[in-house]
Amino acid sequence: MLLNIENLSKSFGGLKAVSNLNIEIREGELIGLIGPNGAGKTTVFNLLTGVYDPTEGKMLFQGKDVSGLKPYQVTHRGMARTFQNIRLFGDLSVIDNVKIAFHQHAKYSTLSAILRMPGYFSGEEEMEQKALELLQVFHLQGKAREIAKNLPYGEQRRLEIARALAAKPKLLLLDEPAAGMNPQETHELMELIRWIREHFQITILLIEHDMSLVMGVCERIYVLDYGIIIAHGNPAEIKSNPKVIEAYLGEEVI
Amino acid sequence: MGHILQQFSQQAVNGLSLGSIYALIALGYTMVYGIVKLINFAHGDVMMVGAYLGWIATTQLHWSFLPALFFAMVVSAILGMLIERIAYKPLRNASRIAALITAIGVSLFLEYGGMLLVTAQVQTYPPVFPETVYNVAGIMFKYGDVVMLVTSVVLMFLLHFTVQYTKVGKSMRAVSFDKDAALLMGVNVNNTISATFAIGSALAGAAGVLMGVYFNTIDPLMGIIPGLKAFVAAVLGGIGIIPGAMVGGLVLGLTEAFVSGLGASTWRDAVAFLILILVLIIKPTGLFGKNVREKV
Amino acid sequence: MIVSKWLNRKNVFGLLAAILFYAVIQGSILTDILPPFYKLNLILICIYIILATSLNLINGITGQFSIGHAGFMAIGAYLSAIITAKLHGPLALGLLVGALVAAAVGFLVGLPTLRLKGDYLAIATLGVGEVVRIVFLNTEYVGGAAGFTLSSKINWSWSFWLMVLSVVIMHNLINSTHGRACISVRENEIAAEAMGINTTKYKVLAFTFGAFFAGLAGGIYANYMYIIQPMTFSFLKSFDILVMVVLGGLGSLTGSIFGAIFMTVISALLASFPEWRMVITALLLVVMMVFRPTGLMGTKEFSLNFLRKKGERNAA
Repeated sequence: MLLNIENLSKSFGGLKAVSNLNIEIREGELIGLIGPNGAGKTTVFNLLTGVYDPTEGKMLFQGKDVSGLKPYQVTHRGMARTFQNIRLFGDLSVIDNVKIAFHQHAKYSTLSAILRMPGYFSGEEEMEQKALELLQVFHLQGKAREIAKNLPYGEQRRLEIARALAAKPKLLLLDEPAAGMNPQETHELMELIRWIREHFQITILLIEHDMSLVMGVCERIYVLDYGIIIAHGNPAEIKSNPKVIEAYLGEEVI
Repeated sequence: MGHILQQFSQQAVNGLSLGSIYALIALGYTMVYGIVKLINFAHGDVMMVGAYLGWIATTQLHWSFLPALFFAMVVSAILGMLIERIAYKPLRNASRIAALITAIGVSLFLEYGGMLLVTAQVQTYPPVFPETVYNVAGIMFKYGDVVMLVTSVVLMFLLHFTVQYTKVGKSMRAVSFDKDAALLMGVNVNNTISATFAIGSALAGAAGVLMGVYFNTIDPLMGIIPGLKAFVAAVLGGIGIIPGAMVGGLVLGLTEAFVSGLGASTWRDAVAFLILILVLIIKPTGLFGKNVREKV
Repeated sequence: MIVSKWLNRKNVFGLLAAILFYAVIQGSILTDILPPFYKLNLILICIYIILATSLNLINGITGQFSIGHAGFMAIGAYLSAIITAKLHGPLALGLLVGALVAAAVGFLVGLPTLRLKGDYLAIATLGVGEVVRIVFLNTEYVGGAAGFTLSSKINWSWSFWLMVLSVVIMHNLINSTHGRACISVRENEIAAEAMGINTTKYKVLAFTFGAFFAGLAGGIYANYMYIIQPMTFSFLKSFDILVMVVLGGLGSLTGSIFGAIFMTVISALLASFPEWRMVITALLLVVMMVFRPTGLMGTKEFSLNFLRKKGERNAA
């Protein structure tokens, strides 16, 4: 079991944003977490990645409890995320965005950098190489020196995924990667996500509002409504689940 | 024992009069921060300008205390509005750091521009009040102390009334709560911000006159330290919260008076800053503040 | 092998330019051509370059906001002066101890204070700077408000090469993965954390390094001037340094160097009109923020990259 969320709850003031959440993810799976707006999906991500501390419950990642860790420590344990509202290092070059995520794996010290010792040069060369390789995978190598915020929207989303992968996670958390994309782009994104899992051999947890994307790529889906898991199963089961249909009633996409 | 109690009460009186000045200045800081999220570094210098206006009114024009106070308040209010329009308004959507740097610039401009106008020489405030000292159970009340306390309290009540019950006050609260929503509800945001600066600066102007009366001397750099301390008071009470600024000012004034009373007056300024650092670390939102978190 | 990496065209050109500039000035000092007023200001420029670039490391590169730099400068100044003038220790030891103690204070102060953000941090650092000054003001051993005198021990050579060394160290730090970690904190703290950057560590790192070099600059200052007083290190001094950084561009080392030179020259020109100097400084700040808030250079660097061979250029 890669991730085991047990009875996780989070309250803000008196309001329970998430209650009694139980999610299990095995290595290599591609899991979806869906739910109407305001269901608490992003709160789950923020709990997982240490932005919030849970009010109750446990989160076991590779058998170890990760609750209470700081976000960067969670990343060091092997989880990396993207953000619903893109959070790139906007004024930096595309390649620097990726290099920053490589930082935790950097092989030279501050002293080595200051004195420009051999370790610095080899370390920088290696990072440059790896960053370029990663960008190539995402068809961004030609734009390595461009400023991140000048990229078109779709490329910014791809860069954010590339950056998350640079942290070398075992579990990749994607927060509404298709937000703001047209059907064509969404379709391409589906292909990309599938391909990432094969190519990088990682596990993916996907938050999505767009049902077609989740139904297309995920093996198992959890449905969240008002902070509670109301359904869980494979796409076919979810599609025919009356509770899910009710939760999404009045929403345009299903 | 009785002697110590008397000393204690005497320092409390001194602290309250000083604290009421800090509170008056802190109110302006807190109102401006509440509405435009800017630490108006120049606020202490507006107080200095107020002190000079009061000095001009009493020595050159031979006015008495109340007209001089009123004059200082009105002109300071206009100055505050001008500063906002010229220096801060263009930066309303810029980073908060850019705005803070601008405020430092305005502050330096008032201090040294003032020095060019009136020279760096220290001026003496005329004795506006009789030298009467009231002795109540061994505690000395100077006539000036009483006037300062009364003036401050009256002004604070006026402010409270304005913010709670007038149209301008309601607009101010609306804008500080949510600028965009206020705009959509038909509040004139620009005018409201101007009004906030005007009211805050008028209070600072009044504080300047009281400061001149209290310490007898004024100079172009007199606003720096009280300005910083008033800011400490505003942070202590919870910046953006009006009653907080009043309480913060009084607490700071009392603390300083007691530190001086213990014979450590050269450490007085350090105490204020230590309070600031402690508050910022332990409860950055101040005594009356609520926690707010950035949305991820 | 490693030497050949150091000696690319850009570095060689930079080093030659520094040696040439140093030699010209040193020559004119030795031959008494250079009037003392010029010498004083050249040394002040070196001191302010160290101060401005080190403040930039905190404010521009790491995106924190310190306005208490004069406090760290004061620590370096007083400690090095105590060692050289009161204990008759060697200059190098004085400078080093001053800088290290400043760094230690920067570290200690940094740890709790850095949980604060933006303008709150600014005020807290201002408070720390003032507290440091008031401590010296109340210490009889160093003469209280009157300060104490010392004999001038530092010359142009020391000042210039210490400045060059400081700038090179900061440049090397910034242009490394550790520097990029600092920059990521400035760019987006939440994203930086999510990418595995220990943001607190890098904020404290920037503060410690910044304080170290401020302390060094303070040491040079104290050992060049014949007297040090607490008044010199008031927050107005912090503002002076801030102006240099802001003018040059938050985030640009070369910008800070320009800013330091420009403001020192302005001060020298207006030495007989101190009020005008401050008024002009103030107007510069406001006008700059209103019309060009990024400063002269923004986060860009004036670079000698065009001197590099094509292959080297991309790897910069």
